[in-house]
Amino acid sequence: MDSNRLPPQPPPARSYPSNSCQQQYTVWNFLPKNLFEQFRRIANFYFLIIFLVQVIVDTPTSPVTSGLPLFFVITVTAIKQGYEDWLRHKADREVNKYQVTVLENGQETPKESENIKVGDIVQVKENETFPCDLILLQSTRDDDTCFVTTASLDGESNHKTHYTVPDIERDLKSLNATIECEQPQPDLYKFNGRMHIYKTNQDPAVRSLGPENLLLKGATLKNTQKICGVAVYTGMETKMALNYQGKSQKRSAVEKSINAFLLVYLCILLSKALVCTTLKYVWQSKPGQDEPWYNKKTQKEKDTNLYLKMFTDFLSFMVLFNFIIPVSMYVTVEMQKFLGSFFITWDKDFFDPEIQEGALVNTSDLNEELGQVEYVFTDKTGTLTQNNMEFIECCIDGFQYKHRGASSELDGFCVTDGPVNKLQQKAGREKEELFLRALCLCHTVQVKESTEQDQREDNLDQVDGLRIDENVLQPPQKERGFIASSPDEIALVKGAMRYGFTFLGLESKTMKILNRNKDVEMYDLLHVLNFDPVRRRMSVIVRSGSGEMLLFCKGADSSIFPRVRQEEVERIRLHVERNATEGYRTLCVAYKRLSEEEYAQADAGLREARLALQDREEKLLAVYNQVETGMSLIGATAVEDRLQEEAAETMEALQRAGMKVWVLTGDKMETAKSTCYACGLFQRKTELLELTVRTLEDGERKREERLHELLGEYHKRAVQDAPPVKAGGTRLVLVCFASNQDYGFIIDGASLSMVLNSSSESNMRSYKDLFLQICQNCTAVLCCRMAPLQKAQIVKMVKSSKGSPITLSIGDGANDVSMILEAHVGIGIKGKEGRQAVRNSDYAIPKLKHLKKLLLAHGHLYYHRIAHLVQYFFYKNLCFILPQFLYQFFCGYSQQPLYDAAYLTMYNICFTSMPILAYSLLEQRISIEDLIEDAALYSENAKNAMLRWGLFLYWTGLGAFHGLVFFFGVRFLFSNPALQDNGQVFGNWSYGTIVFTVLVFTVTLKLALDTRHWTWINHFVIWGSLAFYVFFSFFWGGIIWPFMKQQRLYFVFANMLSSVSAWLVIILLILLSLLPEILLVVLRNPRGPYTRKVQQRYTHVYTSHVTTHARTPTHTLCICFNDVSVCFSRDLVFAC
Amino acid sequence: MVKEEEDSSNRPDNTAFTQQRLPAWQPILSAGIVIPGFVLIGLAFIGIGVGLFLTSRDIQVLEMDYTGADGSSPCSVCYNLADKNCVCTMSFSIDSLIKGPVFFYYGLTNYFQNQRRYGVSRDDKQLYGDTSNFASPNSECAPYQYISNVPIVPCGSVANSMFNDTFELFKNVNGQSLPVPLDGKGIAWWTDYNVKFQNPNVTPLINAFNGTVRPPFWSKNVYELDTTDASNNGFINQDFLVWMRRAALPDFRKLYRRITDGDYSAGLPAGNYSLKIHYNYPVNGFGGKKKVVFSNVSWMGGKNEFLGIAYLVIGSLCVVMSVVMLIVYAKFKFPEDN
Repeated sequence: MDSNRLPPQPPPARSYPSNSCQQQYTVWNFLPKNLFEQFRRIANFYFLIIFLVQVIVDTPTSPVTSGLPLFFVITVTAIKQGYEDWLRHKADREVNKYQVTVLENGQETPKESENIKVGDIVQVKENETFPCDLILLQSTRDDDTCFVTTASLDGESNHKTHYTVPDIERDLKSLNATIECEQPQPDLYKFNGRMHIYKTNQDPAVRSLGPENLLLKGATLKNTQKICGVAVYTGMETKMALNYQGKSQKRSAVEKSINAFLLVYLCILLSKALVCTTLKYVWQSKPGQDEPWYNKKTQKEKDTNLYLKMFTDFLSFMVLFNFIIPVSMYVTVEMQKFLGSFFITWDKDFFDPEIQEGALVNTSDLNEELGQVEYVFTDKTGTLTQNNMEFIECCIDGFQYKHRGASSELDGFCVTDGPVNKLQQKAGREKEELFLRALCLCHTVQVKESTEQDQREDNLDQVDGLRIDENVLQPPQKERGFIASSPDEIALVKGAMRYGFTFLGLESKTMKILNRNKDVEMYDLLHVLNFDPVRRRMSVIVRSGSGEMLLFCKGADSSIFPRVRQEEVERIRLHVERNATEGYRTLCVAYKRLSEEEYAQADAGLREARLALQDREEKLLAVYNQVETGMSLIGATAVEDRLQEEAAETMEALQRAGMKVWVLTGDKMETAKSTCYACGLFQRKTELLELTVRTLEDGERKREERLHELLGEYHKRAVQDAPPVKAGGTRLVLVCFASNQDYGFIIDGASLSMVLNSSSESNMRSYKDLFLQICQNCTAVLCCRMAPLQKAQIVKMVKSSKGSPITLSIGDGANDVSMILEAHVGIGIKGKEGRQAVRNSDYAIPKLKHLKKLLLAHGHLYYHRIAHLVQYFFYKNLCFILPQFLYQFFCGYSQQPLYDAAYLTMYNICFTSMPILAYSLLEQRISIEDLIEDAALYSENAKNAMLRWGLFLYWTGLGAFHGLVFFFGVRFLFSNPALQDNGQVFGNWSYGTIVFTVLVFTVTLKLALDTRHWTWINHFVIWGSLAFYVFFSFFWGGIIWPFMKQQRLYFVFANMLSSVSAWLVIILLILLSLLPEILLVVLRNPRGPYTRKVQQRYTHVYTSHVTTHARTPTHTLCICFNDVSVCFSRDLVFAC
Repeated sequence: MVKEEEDSSNRPDNTAFTQQRLPAWQPILSAGIVIPGFVLIGLAFIGIGVGLFLTSRDIQVLEMDYTGADGSSPCSVCYNLADKNCVCTMSFSIDSLIKGPVFFYYGLTNYFQNQRRYGVSRDDKQLYGDTSNFASPNSECAPYQYISNVPIVPCGSVANSMFNDTFELFKNVNGQSLPVPLDGKGIAWWTDYNVKFQNPNVTPLINAFNGTVRPPFWSKNVYELDTTDASNNGFINQDFLVWMRRAALPDFRKLYRRITDGDYSAGLPAGNYSLKIHYNYPVNGFGGKKKVVFSNVSWMGGKNEFLGIAYLVIGSLCVVMSVVMLIVYAKFKFPEDN
């Protein structure tokens, strides 16, 4: 389809991008663009402003002091981004320069990939990746299909079938066509287009184009020798490129706290500057103070406007105190998160030998959020359960057929046990066979080809390594692998195989079935009405060998029952419900014979809908609904989905950790309920509050009224009558008292939408509140029959409820993506339903059981570490800057810095940065084993406990106390500056150096006191930092620096050390500062392994106490136990 | 430590570091450690405190204000500096021997040597003997950078405002005034007059200052500050060095002379003395005070009650706290004791 072959067309309204991967940066624009990006961050911008003020205004500290840290931060970030971009660049170069074959005038012309233009016809060979998004025109396969894997796009390694555009000439040279397609959009699974084919002397034919015709850039051609396709999206418009853009940023609660604290410190900074400026002018108004003879002003200073002077003075004070807002905190937090997240990927407990993969961290921004989770929303299928389907039984026409192992007899249904009332009876042979044919035909499973040339490929089922090795029949191939997007389908096809009907494969729209009599039956596949989670069913329309048109449909009972003749339903419903309560996944199978007219009508409708460019989905849905009516029910299947390993233990641990677990599933209520029982979310004694279509339809009245009544009743039971359990109260109390009566809440999709979309506005609000309150008082909530969007709605509702609790969503399938994106933390399970959940998640783990360690150990530790990091950073900068502020009162408010510029600069970069970084990476206040073993420890950090305002005030107070001690301690010492035994005196820089020495040692030792987990790295960085400080001070003061204007610190440090008084005052002030801390540490409950045992003993005593005095007022106990960490009152537990 | 190996399988490394299982020491500050520790620290502090206190008490200090602002002082006549070479004499007596070596300080109050603008108004390159900065002094020196385009050496406010009162001390014996020898060496930091400050490498020194002018406040040139000792001139004049080391606080004292020579090496004996003051330094403009201090020093430096008292207080605090803790622990029977 070269340009000269196109019919005269209006020129394209837009130009298409070239097919090269455009970089964010080039060599030339890297610096300006990167700098612009970086200074858009508010913190960097602030420091840039400070830097500029220092450059422009005459300020106390040289621009270097803030310029250097800023430069450091910017450089490190730029290098990191540049490196990442360079890597991308390198990878892209390979892609850009990749040689592809383009058909030009019928000639195969080699071309570099980046030169492909929209409209070029590109030839791709097997195992090559597509260089851009192509519409498949021609395939070497007979059935006009090709197979691709999209592993590099979405991680799904199964082969997907794509179809050529129908009715295309074999000779592409003579093809003359235009393509209309939608604007580029990132959804990998959506594509709408239309192809007009112009033939000489004919009206142009129109063919619809869908995602099945589109080959995506980055996907790989498999099992197909060669294809030709026409480029439709190139370069930045390809779906891969569109998907490469970053996801929306989630912000953690800790980050919000940081921002709040920053505001406080900004206020402190501003008020300090304001106070100093005001006092300066008050002080100067006294005679003789403004301009004493020894300190004359320059002419320029005299000429400056008073208000301008005041303003520059204010700015100068800002600059002097700006270190109180630490630029380095951002760097350290970033580094902590980045490095810290490696511990998740490194954790070998997360390694799953089955899929040979460990955990995956998609964002490191949310590490600490893992320690804050209050609500867990979990998917059922594939998350709580294994999604490893096994065909268990089926029911045909009301008779039950149970498969007893693969070894049982296979010729038909001799081994059956029917329902109780029809024991040993069977359905008619005709019905059986219809049912099995339906199973064999109604699916999208492909047979994995294991012909000779494919022997190099392993004979694995392509559902992520699930191996089917039962040679039930003697099929033409020894081993039969199936490829399908859903494991249910494979289970069903395998089930049918056991009963004698083998699906042989699909060849050029013909499905082949080997029936019980070893005959091959052929069916023309006319239409596939794809499965989607809204319809919850899929259908095929086939034409049998005898020319009969048949529609087979399978789907969830709720979506099938209303569409079949009602008299058949009851017999099957019994089985379906029984199976569901046993925890099996059930599907109903129905069929319908289509007359020629009916088919023609359906065919026309489907074709028309598929051709639609706009609202294609809606139109298709309408046609589907229209076609899938008036069917007759044949039977039902039951497929078992076993629980994940340790699902029950994990759920129990999460609940003990104070998290509320909600199960959100699209499955039936009975199935979901049984899963909930199986994994211990509901206990036998749990009282279930049900708000489903069933309970709503109990009475004669309207659903609305019933809903109102039920909600009120449940609210009364669960909320008003329940003993008051304070949120955030001690978990022991929770366990003891809430266990009086557990409530479980069940709601289904239909009822939920009634709650959420109630007719009147006021009702809606109150229903929502009632619903939330009930749910908050339930130990577990089950939401079944949920559409994906409803899952997200629920998460959003809980997220925005009072107290804005931290939510976590975990799921494995595409239907969980919305809730994974919605929740604060989204966890993907590397399950069998593709990789979409993993791609959209923040963290991905191989199995559900890993969630326990991820939250209880990693989350807890990360939270503890970063919270301490944040508090410590504010503390250490407050006690750093406070003495400098106080010094202004003694130097005529002249903005004289107390510390040398080198100290000001290095304090946060070198002297005090490494110990806290090491702490924030390595600290284990409680050992990992204990954290996992005692899940209740998790709730200690609940509700951002370590970053509450109270604790923030404590740290701020501590910083202020230390700052005062440092400054005034040295101030009193300097009441006589003759501190050496040779009578010589010390000057201002000695003063500052003494304060600074005390400061560095105190803040470092303060951290040492807080460290509960001393590895060699901690030792190394803590003592190393102090040694480095001493070494640096000697070095800095030991040389006349040739390029420095002033040699202020020359030998100041060494001289200081020669003074006994200086030594004594340093020791004194360090000890005085740390004394309260040491006391607190002693009086606080140290959490060694030993004390844990002690605590357990107390718990034991406590619980026995509770059982004997069951009605002890809760509050007293609460208080006692809340203070368990204070040793004094811990013993009071005995008293009460 | 972190093995960056690209194994064929992507199984995580099983190292202590990656698995967060590095061997670690978990300090538990239990009562058994802390209480004795507190007692020990407390006792040590009390010991040091007593030592400091006694030492400080033994230091003898004689302090005299000679500002003359109130009119009763002999130096009142000079307070307004009407007379260019005003000299006043203060008489005082010492009751008992001030043990040597005695240090002679001058002190100023309400004098902000730690003003920022004042402090940066100097040129350390010049003072390092860099003659290129003689011709063009550092611009920070303004307003004492040039006088009618002739560069000032040493430039800047700090140098310009150098303290220029001079003192002569006499012991009155039998109506005679015997001069007490004052030693002007060893009053500045060794590193200052040997390294940080250097005269230009020009002999005679005076030639280096051709084309420059002395600071306007000065009556002498920098190369003739000490007429008695040629080597104590220029930038390494120790009085100059003492002044150039800025005081930390607005009330400060600086070392003027040491009394170490001859008969006075053992100290200033009891008796009557007179101090002849060449009163040149104006303090009336900003309400400052001037004083002289005679003091001996100990190993801890000059007299300072603060350290000793602080040590005593904190030491006792430690002891008291350990007692409190002991009582608490005994009463509540901590699990460690069970």
